[in-house]
Amino acid sequence: MFQIGELVFRMALELRNIVKKDGGNTIIYDASISFEPRSFNILLGTTLAGKTTLMQLIAGIQKPTSGKIFHKGKDVTGMAVQKRNVSMVYQQFINYPNFSVYENIASPLRVAGMTNAEIGRRVGKAAELLRLGPMLQRKPSELSGGQQQRTAIARALVKDSDIILLDEPLANLDYKLREELREELPKIFADRDAIVVYATTEPSEALLFGGNTATMHEGRITQFGPTSTSYRRPVDLLTAQVFSDPPINTTKAEKRGQTLSVFSNQKWPVGEAGRKLKDGEYTIGIRPHNVAPFKHGKSIGTLNAKVIVTEISGSESVIHATVDGHTWISQSHGIHALPIGSQAELYADLDQCLFFDGNNRLVS
Amino acid sequence: MAKISIENLRHSYLPFPDPAREDQYVLKKLSIDWQDGGAYALLGPSGCGKTTLLNLISGLLIPTEGTMKFDGRDVTRATPEQRNIAQVFQFPVIYDTMTVFDNLAFPLRNRGVSEAEIAPRVKEIAEMLDLSRTLYNRASGLTADGKQKISLGRGLVRSDVAAIMFDEPLTVIDPHLKWQLRSKLKELHQRTKRTMIYVTHDQTEALTFADQVVVMNNGEIVQQGTPVELFERPHHTFVGHFIGSPGMNVLPCEIKGGKTFYAGQMIKAQNEKALKADGKFEIGVRPEFVTLAKTGIAADVVKVSDAGRFRIIETISGGNTIRLLLAEDVSVPSGQVKLAFDPEHTQIYQNGWLAGAAA
Amino acid sequence: MSNKIVNQKAWFLVAPVFLVVAFNALIPLMTVVNFSVQETFGDNVFTWAGVQWFQDVLHSERFHNALLKQLLFSAIVLAIEIPLGLAIALTMPRKGIWVSFCLILMALPLLIPWNVVGSMWNIMALPDIGLLAKMINGLGIDYNYTRQPVAAWFTIVLMDVWHWTSLVVLLCYAGLVSIPDAYYQAAKVDGAKPWAVFRYIQLPKLKHVLTIAVLLRFMDSFMIYTEVSVLTGGGPGNATTFLSIDLVKIALGQFDLGPAAAMSLIYFMIILAMSWLFYTLMMKNEES
Repeated sequence: MFQIGELVFRMALELRNIVKKDGGNTIIYDASISFEPRSFNILLGTTLAGKTTLMQLIAGIQKPTSGKIFHKGKDVTGMAVQKRNVSMVYQQFINYPNFSVYENIASPLRVAGMTNAEIGRRVGKAAELLRLGPMLQRKPSELSGGQQQRTAIARALVKDSDIILLDEPLANLDYKLREELREELPKIFADRDAIVVYATTEPSEALLFGGNTATMHEGRITQFGPTSTSYRRPVDLLTAQVFSDPPINTTKAEKRGQTLSVFSNQKWPVGEAGRKLKDGEYTIGIRPHNVAPFKHGKSIGTLNAKVIVTEISGSESVIHATVDGHTWISQSHGIHALPIGSQAELYADLDQCLFFDGNNRLVS
Repeated sequence: MAKISIENLRHSYLPFPDPAREDQYVLKKLSIDWQDGGAYALLGPSGCGKTTLLNLISGLLIPTEGTMKFDGRDVTRATPEQRNIAQVFQFPVIYDTMTVFDNLAFPLRNRGVSEAEIAPRVKEIAEMLDLSRTLYNRASGLTADGKQKISLGRGLVRSDVAAIMFDEPLTVIDPHLKWQLRSKLKELHQRTKRTMIYVTHDQTEALTFADQVVVMNNGEIVQQGTPVELFERPHHTFVGHFIGSPGMNVLPCEIKGGKTFYAGQMIKAQNEKALKADGKFEIGVRPEFVTLAKTGIAADVVKVSDAGRFRIIETISGGNTIRLLLAEDVSVPSGQVKLAFDPEHTQIYQNGWLAGAAA
Repeated sequence: MSNKIVNQKAWFLVAPVFLVVAFNALIPLMTVVNFSVQETFGDNVFTWAGVQWFQDVLHSERFHNALLKQLLFSAIVLAIEIPLGLAIALTMPRKGIWVSFCLILMALPLLIPWNVVGSMWNIMALPDIGLLAKMINGLGIDYNYTRQPVAAWFTIVLMDVWHWTSLVVLLCYAGLVSIPDAYYQAAKVDGAKPWAVFRYIQLPKLKHVLTIAVLLRFMDSFMIYTEVSVLTGGGPGNATTFLSIDLVKIALGQFDLGPAAAMSLIYFMIILAMSWLFYTLMMKNEES
């Protein structure tokens, strides 16, 4: 899937044609992917997309049914977890309940048999990075959820692992705490030689972290590359759907000259993106933030919608509406509380439209 | 259905709290006036006292001080049954051994309503909640959202219920189904016109559901208002921080001769006429209302985060962080920039509170 | 999780369990099987007897009598201890300073060795000097458990209830405290009366715990030996000669090892079958 130079390849973690079956079910279909040292990699997909399984395969907690895993050029496929120098952080806040925060962070170093002085130095550094300094003597039960998860992350950082795996670590936190940690995490992992793999269900999280993103759907990796590329140039409709929250709006469209026929024979102008395409049938995808209850952009597609509900986050409005029997979603700035059941005109910015061919591959 | 008024309510979990000590109280002197048939939300971080307030309203707890009235009737010491309150809990509470029908009929049967009256009423509610197809199935076999609908249905089925309370009802619902249940709740409120009170730490849930949102912090009400008011005129820096992602920029400032200065620059603010003499002053401006300009506050760009639909630009100016939003297609500057604040949406805060607001 | 990393070292860790199970259960059981199909007169001389002993036991009136007594005893004990235990658990406080006090009080009978329980009740119920006997006689009832079968049964049942109801109480109590508060709050809100709370919340939530309590109490009461042996020794006459007592009489008293072994196996099969029956009946209608 990826051409990688010999030299880089030697340091990287590479999964080659990994298949994982459990009983009659295939959980991972033929995954080939390679992670570079010093990289931040995101596995993005809904629950049951296979993210956790893929992580456990990388960690060595599970063994692939077929395929090989290489790390630093060495085949590590059957190697035990203990020998892999891997750290893991889970969605649940997993700490030793009767240890202090200090001892929790120090635990992997104690196992490694380090001197007390070295342990003290490293724990101090990790605690500072995660702002746990004043909490070191407390027990996990005396901490907030955010602090408990910080402790678990500090434990993963402290031993200089080659690979750090984080499985939806922020999912159980209140959203303000989540926002805070989301901002800090890239800084925390910035200067490390480790390969970081981070699983999440939230596209916005992947975008904020940057790095590389592998979009996953039902056990398949649909695309792997720089996060912004996966988001702005998804190879296919599936990737675009995985990488869109709220879900991307799609509809069949027939292009003839400079007009698109959509729904029951409604005419839209072809936006910037579709100008050079041949005439014919396409599926078009328009992200919710390119649909608004007010006119914006140069090529406007009008939607006659019936409002299902308007969700308001602090500063944005997400309007769910029915258009020609399909649910369309608009995400716009400001607070536009349209009443349930009301008729509204929504406007799509067609310059930002994605075109997919009959095989649902991106063409423009 | 009822109008709810709360006066000088205080609550402590200690058996004999010292009235002089604020820290012994989880709720500190609050008063509320809620109209009959309204949709209200209690919003705040965990530990702010919102669940305590909910339990006080429903009668599961009795307040240490203060009075509570439903339609003028004093209910401070009344039981939940006497208050005629319905409640939906965080985790679905259903009667496992009963069918969906029997679950919905349970509150009516407890009140001695005849079976002839129960059947049409239960069917009507089941229809409203899309539960008709599973009406005679065992309730324990339903999915989480089905079970939560049953909990809600047990409240709706009583025609005389004073208010329906929701305690983080979407916690166990699959993220992809949440908006559907939110829309169902809103639709039900419009159809039934019951007084509904919704407790949550999630701003989207509160602002989507309620016409009036009560923001709480540390056992106090910091602001009650519509979603637009909370966004445009936060009454406290906490509200500005807690509502909206990213939250409001809060910057220390100086007041000289009735004018506001930040880093030597004069700043125009929407409420500058309301300033009073002394105290700690801060400027509050949301990232949405900060723009790049030719002249203005000097700042250094330190980080650019991609949020897909826009970019979050983090800048540092005189040791303070100022965030602003840039559209997807605007080029991002690096190094030093100049920032301008929209005067219509820039507020001055005195000791944390919005200057001039009737708090 | 079909193919995790294979690590053979783990077998060493479970080896002690295999050894204990082998010495504790498998080897003795196979010895019994061995005796049950052979005839022996000691000196390690065995002759093949086939299913002779099983036929004899199954057709013996003595066996039928002992089995019926045993079943009756279990039925009485279950009928008293389960509702009584549940009732006590329901009245126990769920929070506050009295919780530990109640729990300790409840646990006391369980801490006393079984033969001591037998001796205690023996002394309490002795016709001339026992406290219990004096009290009952004082009420004008003629009570002498060494002579009256009914009195003997009464004493044994009373002893068992005293000894084991605590177990049911503790199990039910653990089940009750694990019911989330929200259920009780919802019931209040729905206007449910105490009986409805019990019938629709507590009882369904205690189903698993009650199943375990019934199973444990059935198996234990069906195999009761020590206390009865100390208290009545199976008398008066054969009035309290349960299957377990009879079995020991045949095996050690008469040294009929073959029939005793056959009887042991039949006994074992009955317990297994009954336990399975209870379990399936109580778990019926259970969704996965």
